[in-house]
Amino acid sequence: MSAKSEKKIVINPVTRIEGHAKVTILLDDKGKVKHARLHVIEFRGFERFVQGRFYWEAPTIVQRLCGICPVSHHLCAAKATDVIVGAKKLTPTAEKMRRLMHYGQTLQSHALHFFHLCSPDLLFGFDAPVEQRNVIGVIKADPETAKKAVLLRKYGQEVIRFTAGKRIHGTGAIPGGINKNLSTEERDILAKDIDIILQWCIEALELCKKVVKSKLDFFLKFGAFDSNHLSIVREDGCLDLYDGLLRAKTADGKIICDKVKPEDYLDYIAEEVRPWSYMKFPFIRSLGKEKGWYRVGPLSRINNCDFIDTPIAEKERQELMSLTKGKPINASMAYHWARMIELVHSAEKIKELLSDPELQGTELITQGKRQKRGVAWIEAPRGTLFHHYEINDNDQIVLANLIVSTTNNNEPMNKVVEVLARDYLEGKSEKEITEGLLNHIEVGIRAYDPCLSCATHALGQMPLHVQLYDHNGALLDEAIR
Amino acid sequence: MSDNTVTFKIDGVEVRASADKTIIQAADEAGIYIPRLCYLKELPPGGHCRVCTVKVNGRPVNACTYPVAEGIIVENDTEELNTLRRNLIEMLFVEGNHFCPSCEASGRCELQALAYRLGLLAPQMPYLNPQRELDATHPDIYLDRNRCVVCGRCVRASIYLDKKNVFGFENRGIKMKISVNSNDGLRDTNLTKDDEAMKVCPTGSLVIKRQAYLTPVGSRPYDKEPIGSEIEKKKCS
Ligand code: SF4
Ligand code: FES
Repeated sequence: MSAKSEKKIVINPVTRIEGHAKVTILLDDKGKVKHARLHVIEFRGFERFVQGRFYWEAPTIVQRLCGICPVSHHLCAAKATDVIVGAKKLTPTAEKMRRLMHYGQTLQSHALHFFHLCSPDLLFGFDAPVEQRNVIGVIKADPETAKKAVLLRKYGQEVIRFTAGKRIHGTGAIPGGINKNLSTEERDILAKDIDIILQWCIEALELCKKVVKSKLDFFLKFGAFDSNHLSIVREDGCLDLYDGLLRAKTADGKIICDKVKPEDYLDYIAEEVRPWSYMKFPFIRSLGKEKGWYRVGPLSRINNCDFIDTPIAEKERQELMSLTKGKPINASMAYHWARMIELVHSAEKIKELLSDPELQGTELITQGKRQKRGVAWIEAPRGTLFHHYEINDNDQIVLANLIVSTTNNNEPMNKVVEVLARDYLEGKSEKEITEGLLNHIEVGIRAYDPCLSCATHALGQMPLHVQLYDHNGALLDEAIR
Repeated sequence: MSDNTVTFKIDGVEVRASADKTIIQAADEAGIYIPRLCYLKELPPGGHCRVCTVKVNGRPVNACTYPVAEGIIVENDTEELNTLRRNLIEMLFVEGNHFCPSCEASGRCELQALAYRLGLLAPQMPYLNPQRELDATHPDIYLDRNRCVVCGRCVRASIYLDKKNVFGFENRGIKMKISVNSNDGLRDTNLTKDDEAMKVCPTGSLVIKRQAYLTPVGSRPYDKEPIGSEIEKKKCS
């Protein structure tokens, strides 16, 4: 076999995503892309790890799944343990403290993603040299913006510290409530800067919009594909990142299911295991494996909700949705835009909460009739996160099932690679992994802000590596970076 | 001065104490902190952990069991002894399964606090990752041997304060573990959550259920000041 005819493409470290993975692209006998797969290599089962531990430990143990969005895991596990201790409704102080924590987390996570991971692509173009297309490049090109990014993140971390006790891996949320309120000193420290923080969030959104609008057609087509969309929404259809009922829509906006309660999630969602990936593939049962996969995350949330209850974000939502006349947007790059709307929304929510005296309340915990099963969800920065625990009479966890945001986006991330590889290799006689292809795949995957270590419930980093195979399974090309 | 008072020196500081005291008792009264793990002033000393090792006239002894005597020269806060103590604490860390970040005792754990005070940041010795049992059978209490440092405080508290004898030791050396006097775990004992034994565990090993993380980070005992500060404050006042 000649080396030429048996090329295969491998892109390994997709840099600037949180955690790394391996991509393989398989060509058919005509040399067209048949499918692409994103393999996640490392595996460490947290679901096993918490077995035998006490339910009240879940919020502090599972947050260690992820160094990037620990607060989401912390809160989601705490919400599941609320169910276990029979706390049907938290005290206003507890619920608002948790919300504040969550908006702080969303703010810092979205700010990090935008400035560190996505803005280099947007500002310098996808094909700019890697040496420039990174956060150092952004700092050099626009030190003012870079400084704001750092301060936005810092602000989010302060919110987390004042609500969870620590910037990372705090203990604030406990079964049935929270262990502290917001002191007036803490409130004043946060309130002092919130206006400027909101202003910077709006600037980030404007920057994102400006770049996207300058090449709107390109961005709307880049890595675009139709999919269902899944998220939680408030009972009245409002965007709600902390709590709500599950809604799924088709690519053109038809409701697949709505007002689903967390305890019924298994009736609607199933997970497929595929032998080549440690990451499972969730799908909506009623549509089956083939058609039931869906997107989650900022874009799906904006697509799914009927409105947003903060004024600036709502206006921005309307503008984004007007691109497709109110139908769901299925463009991968629209994630960035949607993410920035949520960034603004989080800042608006923080501002609203800081003027709420209930944050200084002293009723922190509620309890009721003990349950043996607790299921909860939350909209983590990267998408819907499910936590499900079952306990025995000794308070020990006997079963844990977590479906994390990046796992929910598993199929879409495979799809985006496939679509981009197809577009890129289309009509090219040389089937090889060029710098350009690497860049495009990287940018496409990154739109989903994947956190791969967390999606396999693993700790640590995963390198990514791309391989291109022909229809006989022969490796045509391979790249690692 | 009455007859039974003796005078001696700890790290050059003159200390007076009644002759029936141990060195650690005399030091506590004088506001001098000698690190310790298994000793608790409400209980007879156990002499298990050796963290309280001091030198008396150049010879290493347990401060928690060694009686004071006229004119003795005690070394306590020295580089050599603190290194020894740090090594002991490090061994306890690697012999058990101590995951401070998610442990509910974090911030009030004496093992953790000693590590901080003695400057042990991350153990260098290899972790043994032992298989240890968790006894969750009692409705109100659990015993997580992963975090047990076999200090024996619970054994003594149960015997001397509760008059119950719920706990004991099994095996020796590195295999030593805390055992429960029953055939069916803690549920089959007369231990209750109000027992004195439930107040003495220095780690997160013997714990009342459903009380975890009630104190926010920042307000826990050792968030504010290092272990031993309560004793050292006496000196200033
Ligand atoms: S359970 Fe606690 S008090 Fe008892 S021996 Fe172990 S560490 Fe000491
Ligand atoms: S405190 Fe003296 S031997 Fe443990």
